[in-house]
Amino acid sequence: MFLFLLMSAVAILLFGKADPTVFERTRAVVMDTTAPVLEALSRPVATVAEFIEEIEQLVVLRDENANLRQENVRLEIWQNRAQKLEAENTRLRDLLRYVPEPPAKYIAARVVADSSGAFVRSLLVNAGSRDGIVNGQAAVVGGNLIGRVAEVGQTSARILLMSDLNSKIPVLVAASRARAVLAGDNSPLQRLLYLSANAQVKPGDEIVTSGHGGVFPAGLTIGTVTSIGQAGVRVMPYVDWDLIEEVLLVDYESEAVLSALPDNSEQSVKSVGEKPNPRR
Amino acid sequence: MMNAVWQRLDLFARMLTPSLTVGALVILSVLPLHIPSYSSVVPSLALMAVFYWSLHRPDLLPAVAVFLVGILHDILTGGPMGAQAFIFLGAYWVTGSQRQFFLGKSFLVVWWGFMMIAAAATIMQWVFMSLIFGTLIVPLPAVFSFLQTVALYPLFAWAFIRVQRSLPQAA
Repeated sequence: MFLFLLMSAVAILLFGKADPTVFERTRAVVMDTTAPVLEALSRPVATVAEFIEEIEQLVVLRDENANLRQENVRLEIWQNRAQKLEAENTRLRDLLRYVPEPPAKYIAARVVADSSGAFVRSLLVNAGSRDGIVNGQAAVVGGNLIGRVAEVGQTSARILLMSDLNSKIPVLVAASRARAVLAGDNSPLQRLLYLSANAQVKPGDEIVTSGHGGVFPAGLTIGTVTSIGQAGVRVMPYVDWDLIEEVLLVDYESEAVLSALPDNSEQSVKSVGEKPNPRR
Repeated sequence: MMNAVWQRLDLFARMLTPSLTVGALVILSVLPLHIPSYSSVVPSLALMAVFYWSLHRPDLLPAVAVFLVGILHDILTGGPMGAQAFIFLGAYWVTGSQRQFFLGKSFLVVWWGFMMIAAAATIMQWVFMSLIFGTLIVPLPAVFSFLQTVALYPLFAWAFIRVQRSLPQAA
């Protein structure tokens, strides 16, 4: 009996490796059944965490208030500038007959399980295909990318964090527009791969999604470059994954990109199709 | 009559307890605890239960339960299915085979035994994952996770002893 079970484990492992879709249904069913249990259990934990946070916030309230006032003044100046730039942008886009990106739809979900360990980095959320979640959608917290949907059940879904070994995301260095792929290796910092040799990158540069592949919207912020050395270019993400309670999933499909393009722009349609697939 | 039914149900529930604690610890280990930098040192709670029960009450922890809990672990963590099941079964078998040696020994000796098994499980998991993902995985998070697992064992063992006292004696 014991040997049979051990062989079964190996067989499941090999089958799953040969064809990852074999156990997709089983995984989705187990995820859907355990998600409500996990959700019920995670609420008191979250409540305790919130309570501690509130006490901490009370302590720093005065300082924070002063800081916020200062920031408000600064942001008002920025708002003014942004409005001017937006008007200018619209004018210039009209001049160029630029095709704008299709508007994205957001689905909010609660994190019910944080299954991040030493080997896999992922989160389980309480929204699934019933809520419009599809494999590959971008997961965002506070406007910053944290990962993508990797498994979908009816009422639950798994988000593969950017730090996971299997995470590869097409990105841009915001300042120099140099293209690269952001890859996870289970450590807190991510690596920039396939950066061309003459690309200009320096510590502090912001990394954003490039939108190549049409799965993610372009321009989602990710993090900043922290070091450039023998071990490659390292990126520190903006979001601390241990503290995430809710995520937004961006419903932004490549079909939407295709349908948003005018009929006569054949070349643009082709270039969308040619872009690399980030899910590989 | 009714009393007898309840007694049986009670006995049945107690018999299931070891398997259920392993399952419950798998679920507990994936709950979002919102502790900063916790994810890189998360301990393997279920391994402690597998070790404890296969040492003290193997009659109440069937291999099937170990296998199923391993599969549940793989699905909940999103890892390759079968990997944790294999490792749990391995730990179950090794512990069972060394049972005679550990029984009646002081807690320190048992703790040392758990450290050995946890180390073997961690190394095996690292080799497995590196093979499956086709790359050498950074080993440091696994080392932290191992240390955390070993350090927390006395606490969980204390809780398991309390649970064990409520269980019916082996036949």
